[in-house]
Amino acid sequence: MTTVDVFKPFLMRIDKVTEETPDVRTLRLAFQDEQEGRGFTFRTGQFGEYSVFGEGECTFCIASPPTRQGYIECTFRKAGRVTGALADLEAGETIGFRGPYGNVFPIDEWEKKSLLFIAGGIALPPMRSVIWNVLDLRDRYRDITIVYGARTVADLVYKSELAEWEKRPDVRLVTTVDPGGETPDWKGEIGFVPAVLDKLAPASRDTLAVVCGPPVMIKFTFPVLARLGFAPEKIFTTLENRMKCGVGKCGRCNVGKHFVCKDGPVFTFAQLKEMPQEY
Amino acid sequence: MNSMEKDTRLIGREALAKLFAQWLGEGRRILAPRRNGDKVDFAEVETPGEVSLDPVQTGQSPKGALFPRVEELFSFPSRDGRVELRERDLAALKPTVVFGLRPCDAAALAALAAIFNWDSADALFSARLAALTTVGVACNRCDEYCFCTSLGGGPGATTGSDILLTDMGGGEYLAEVISEKGRQAIQGAGTLFQPALGKDKESRLARVEKAFDLDKVKPALEALFDDEAFWVEQSLRCLGCGACAYVCPTCACFDIQDENGRRLRCWDSCGFGLFTLHTSGHNPRPLQSQRWRQRLMHKFAYMPERQSVLGCVGCGRCSRACPVDMNILEHLRAVAEAKP
Repeated sequence: MTTVDVFKPFLMRIDKVTEETPDVRTLRLAFQDEQEGRGFTFRTGQFGEYSVFGEGECTFCIASPPTRQGYIECTFRKAGRVTGALADLEAGETIGFRGPYGNVFPIDEWEKKSLLFIAGGIALPPMRSVIWNVLDLRDRYRDITIVYGARTVADLVYKSELAEWEKRPDVRLVTTVDPGGETPDWKGEIGFVPAVLDKLAPASRDTLAVVCGPPVMIKFTFPVLARLGFAPEKIFTTLENRMKCGVGKCGRCNVGKHFVCKDGPVFTFAQLKEMPQEY
Repeated sequence: MNSMEKDTRLIGREALAKLFAQWLGEGRRILAPRRNGDKVDFAEVETPGEVSLDPVQTGQSPKGALFPRVEELFSFPSRDGRVELRERDLAALKPTVVFGLRPCDAAALAALAAIFNWDSADALFSARLAALTTVGVACNRCDEYCFCTSLGGGPGATTGSDILLTDMGGGEYLAEVISEKGRQAIQGAGTLFQPALGKDKESRLARVEKAFDLDKVKPALEALFDDEAFWVEQSLRCLGCGACAYVCPTCACFDIQDENGRRLRCWDSCGFGLFTLHTSGHNPRPLQSQRWRQRLMHKFAYMPERQSVLGCVGCGRCSRACPVDMNILEHLRAVAEAKP
């Protein structure tokens, strides 16, 4: 044993940079060592530690689906030291990635069901992986509905993909922005996600819901889903807590006795109800 | 090693000096309690004369031998703008004898190993552990902060020691060889020992009274989890300074930081407000009372459940080090006796 295995990242080349909003960007990353890349697999819902050498590491989900091979993508908001450094990099530059870590969205168990995706703001990225994953296997699932909201039109991420989903006859997309966040030509809804969901009133029968968003959106979305008849074990979400190691050792992402990095990040609402409010 | 016959011998102070010389000759480094001004902490020594076993307990625990305060995980020298990762050479880690650790500190190794290796092996920690031999010294004395016996340990407990010495007085130590590593550490040194001739360590051991019923602690903690008033009262004095975590032999929460071309792992503490703070400003444990609760829950509820080991050995260092005199023993007693 001569390697400090788990903490040594893969070296990744930035192949493409997409500016999603003024402070959110997506990086497409390819393995510098192609052999490492061929040996790499992940499943939707998993996350990783991304690093700028000299600045440190930060934690994001893998925002691309495992059905698209040869690269991974991450989407992040420029907020702190590492994301600030990531935001300054250009295509061709090298960053570190270690993962995949954590559990997965059980999409195999969702086959033949309808799916309802509800996301707010910068929480669309973890859901984008699973949305593309099921869209790439479209015939295995029934109705697919996506409800996505952001504070303003400018804050909506993945605008070209939203346009693509909008056009697809096999996807029902509802976008909304907070009151005051609309532009004169905005054609979507105006209102907070829980209220828009309440009005939309999607059927709960044979349907699974996936909810990702800021804590306040989650808090008000669960009761709406409950009213619509979604059982707690049919509602999935992905938690985010501060992490350093990603592998159950550094001691800070725990919610009670549960490690977000090992037992999560994907939890059902039924599980969350049994867990303390430490997220 | 349970499979081994009980191997008990006697060794004198002069023979111990020869054993130290043998270890150094074998390329091992020896870490032992050494006086530095008014502090006694684990440091490199070459002779038993440098070892100070007078204090009941060292200020710092010996955990740094396995989990240094700051350690390099790898380095990333940059050459012509290209990043290169340079891994640690684990084979270069020096075999180490930790001499003079108390039975509580020896017991703490199992907790550390559980944290680092419970799910996947931590390479650096495991390499250091493999290269470590522990020569414990039983406690002749204790103080009001000691509570090993409440947690299943004891002043003469052998768990975690490869060899356990007990000072029998008159410059003589009773040596119990506990493990294969212990046997290897005295290989070829047979003439340094005398037969124990029925000598018994019990009369030489400190008496540490049992202070609370451990069986009550985990269920009580779980029942108290949402009792905000209890945790606020218990943690009212806590400054969140983290001293308890730094002196603790089992606290192993860490941070990862980059500095000078190296990725470093550094000690951290769940008592710090920044520990769980999200970049967004959201903090899942914004209050000191929640952080104090986390400290007790982690050690006495989560670790027993997830890793089948207690996260505390009753060494009392956190209580001795606390600047506002929070005594963990009193807090555990309060938990065990609480009526939620």
